[in-house]
Amino acid sequence: MKHLYTWSAIVAIVIASSAGDVLLSHAMKQVGDVGELWRRTSLPTVAGRILRNPRFLLGIFCMMLAFYSLLFALSWADVSLVGPAAAALTFVANAIAAKIFLHERVDHRRWIAALLVAGGVVLLAG
Amino acid sequence: MTFRKYLVLAGVTVCAAIGDSLLSRGMKQIGAISLHHLSTIILCILNPWVALGILFLLGFFASYMTALSWADLTYVLPATSLGYVFLALIARFFLHEQVSPLRWLGIGLISAGVGFVTRGPALTQDPARASPRSEDQVEALPLGDKR
Repeated sequence: MKHLYTWSAIVAIVIASSAGDVLLSHAMKQVGDVGELWRRTSLPTVAGRILRNPRFLLGIFCMMLAFYSLLFALSWADVSLVGPAAAALTFVANAIAAKIFLHERVDHRRWIAALLVAGGVVLLAG
Repeated sequence: MTFRKYLVLAGVTVCAAIGDSLLSRGMKQIGAISLHHLSTIILCILNPWVALGILFLLGFFASYMTALSWADLTYVLPATSLGYVFLALIARFFLHEQVSPLRWLGIGLISAGVGFVTRGPALTQDPARASPRSEDQVEALPLGDKR
């Protein structure tokens, strides 16, 4: 039963974290280069612009869900299983989500990078 | 890519690795959380290790958001995965843990993945597509809308 709980929490981490990443990435592209904005305006203006973005807030909510799922998973299983399993699956899920929702050009180079990193993370857990 | 941008990516990597280690230590102190005592999961942020971990994760979040403002998600994620390598090296050289050949292979694969992605462009998305011309358009634009 504990095994089922752990993997359910890992799946929840992957879904919530990928949704959060996509929403946050989209929000930050809308906001623009933070370094440039900071030079032209001030830090409170930049922070206000980010915090007023609805996708940013929704992204934070998804990340919060992922964070609490991670805490659940860590209380049921070792970080050496939860961390790499969730991270490896999130890399692949993010590449798919970024291509579909963010229209990023996920070429061979990026697919190979995502798969190499995901594979490497799994081996690190071994 | 400028030196400042590489520093931001390094910030994402280091803060995430340290933050995760601190959270893990804190949650091991707290022990298994039962579904019948959900309040424990809220109160666990009072644990000093968890609190310090959250502080580092805030640093991670600030640098992550900065990186996402000028680079693709599929660039930032693999590029910052060097954190796993960083953690393994800390374990080997500071905590004197044994790192098996399989783990060294994992480190090699991650490094190769990072090398692959960082040799390509950081941004492939058209920024004009994401930048709204007015606040109203931000509200009206559904996620993934092709304009």
